[in-house]
Amino acid sequence: MKIASIIGQDPGWLILVKALFVFIVSVLLVLVAIWGERRIVARMQMRLGPNRVGPFGLLQGLADGVKLALKEDLIPAAADKVVFIIAPIISATTAFMAFAVIPMTGEVTLFGEKTAMQLTDLPVGVLYILAIASVGVYGIVLAGWSSGSTYPLLGGLRSSAQVISYEVAMGLSLVAVFIYAGSMSTSEIVEAQQKWWFAVVLFPSFVIYAISMVGETNRAPFDLAEAEGELVGGFHTEYSSLKFALFFLAEYVNIVVVSALATTLFLGGYHALPGLTFTESWLGGWFTLIWFLAKVIGFFFIFVWLRGTLPRLRYDQFMKLGWKVLIPVNLFWILVVATMRVLSLRGASRVSILIFASVVVLIVLAVNIAFDASRKRVIPLSSAEIPKPNFPVPEIPAPRAEVPHV
Amino acid sequence: MINLALEVGKTPAPEAILFWILAPLVLLAALGMLLAKKAVHSAILMAWVMITLAIFYIAQDALFLGIVQIVVYTGAVMMLFLFILMLVGIDSKDSLTETIRGLRPIAILAAVGFGGLLISLIGRSTLGHDEVGLATANEAGNVPALAQLLFSRYVWAFEVISALLITAALGAMVLAYNHRITSRPTQRELSEMRFRTGSLANAAGLPNPGVFALHDAVDVPALLPDGTPAPNSISATLEARGDIIDSRPFQLGEMEEEK
Repeated sequence: MKIASIIGQDPGWLILVKALFVFIVSVLLVLVAIWGERRIVARMQMRLGPNRVGPFGLLQGLADGVKLALKEDLIPAAADKVVFIIAPIISATTAFMAFAVIPMTGEVTLFGEKTAMQLTDLPVGVLYILAIASVGVYGIVLAGWSSGSTYPLLGGLRSSAQVISYEVAMGLSLVAVFIYAGSMSTSEIVEAQQKWWFAVVLFPSFVIYAISMVGETNRAPFDLAEAEGELVGGFHTEYSSLKFALFFLAEYVNIVVVSALATTLFLGGYHALPGLTFTESWLGGWFTLIWFLAKVIGFFFIFVWLRGTLPRLRYDQFMKLGWKVLIPVNLFWILVVATMRVLSLRGASRVSILIFASVVVLIVLAVNIAFDASRKRVIPLSSAEIPKPNFPVPEIPAPRAEVPHV
Repeated sequence: MINLALEVGKTPAPEAILFWILAPLVLLAALGMLLAKKAVHSAILMAWVMITLAIFYIAQDALFLGIVQIVVYTGAVMMLFLFILMLVGIDSKDSLTETIRGLRPIAILAAVGFGGLLISLIGRSTLGHDEVGLATANEAGNVPALAQLLFSRYVWAFEVISALLITAALGAMVLAYNHRITSRPTQRELSEMRFRTGSLANAAGLPNPGVFALHDAVDVPALLPDGTPAPNSISATLEARGDIIDSRPFQLGEMEEEK
């Protein structure tokens, strides 16, 4: 039976229970995410990270929450009060809303009712998430504007430009998935991946989605909207106490949501790793939740890894990457995918599909070679070209002998 | 009259409740949009109106249209508007003086005319008619049915409109295009320029304002080791605006012997 029709028969109380479940899972994931990020980044920087509150410092997130709540709540005199208060609320609520269409388990039994852990299943579920995300950005942009201060305004401007451009790349990377799955509903996309994950079949789409989801969530190396080096805190410079906590919460819920969406669209959702499909029936189907959470946490680890490794991009480089690389590559890839799909649906032989694929590969190679050949070569400066300055300069040190690594 | 909306389409109860809660709110928001003094407030209310319209669409079984309404209008179009409005700043209010004379009556006439057109069209198609064909239209699912129409019967109109939009985008690009006479210097070239031309004094970048001065602020020039102000430590914009504090009082005088 299709997941959509199973969910459609849920009684009212079960829907309430599931809404609560979705909320609890996302909040718990956020707590784990904050702890995990601080511990992992600390490890990468050869520190220990928070290890005092609770076992392994697990309750540090709660302690931070209490601390934030007890701080003084400031509203700047120059701020637009109403918008200043609404902005963090928009950010936080929309972040949670997107979770409603994420399928977290396959068919399970809950209190004697057959159901699936997915609050609702829309035929346009993935578009719904895009819509919610685009409303969520209002929080950041309005926060920047309403603070009545220069740095937040710049952060808000950057954020709106960033989201407009990266949402295009993100939306386009989903098109190939829609074409292959033949549906925009999250549960059907998961079902379509029983044999092959879309991360394998549609690898370019997966890569582009992965890049643009980091851009969408304002995370390093794309965190230009808050860029503490240039803009202090960007859009949230003027926020304190619970309002800041809401932005903080929204950022982490958003990370969890895009990770969950990536899992759903490209990594087979709640399905087990290939070869381990027998585990899906364990615990009456609830074991699929563990697979889902494992994949989401895996994605989250990559987010943290990126933050620990890469420096922030310059603004123009970031825009160039979005408009001049991701979008054109994506459009070309969609053309290829659509043609392949039509060929295979019309029953073309395997040979003709292979010929088409190899022609595409050859074209890509040819374009790449031509592009390389036409690029301006940077001629390295020889030391003879550098004029000797008419003032004393220190001697260039002779290369040292290799020091053995201890 | 009040019961009209309920009777016309024989609206089911949940949809009617939704309508009577959201419709007053959306009307208030629309009025507020017209009456708000600040442009950003109008934009926020406009976004609210758009989202509520999307909810109405979804309630009327046009799921795809509703979601796309949010993605495209609220997410992209209004965001572009906000982008521009943010450049205006927080304190600016719309001036209510007429810049072009006679614009107000024309605007009112156009609004009344458009409203009348909408009311007459919707009234003619709904009053006294039962709704037909929704079930057959959505039989294969809302999205496939829309796609079928869009890419078969209306494919010509669809293509013409996309060509129009692309032309508009190209036109905007041509208008905004700024031809560079020389190529933009790369980071490397800029770095070489700093070292090879002029003195090496500025090779490491310009001095920060306020350094070693008695006040540490962007509008106070830095003091050089000999106590004279460094004029290039202040942003040229501040200088042009005249927003600089006279640095002479901050200069170090002769060192006084400490007693």
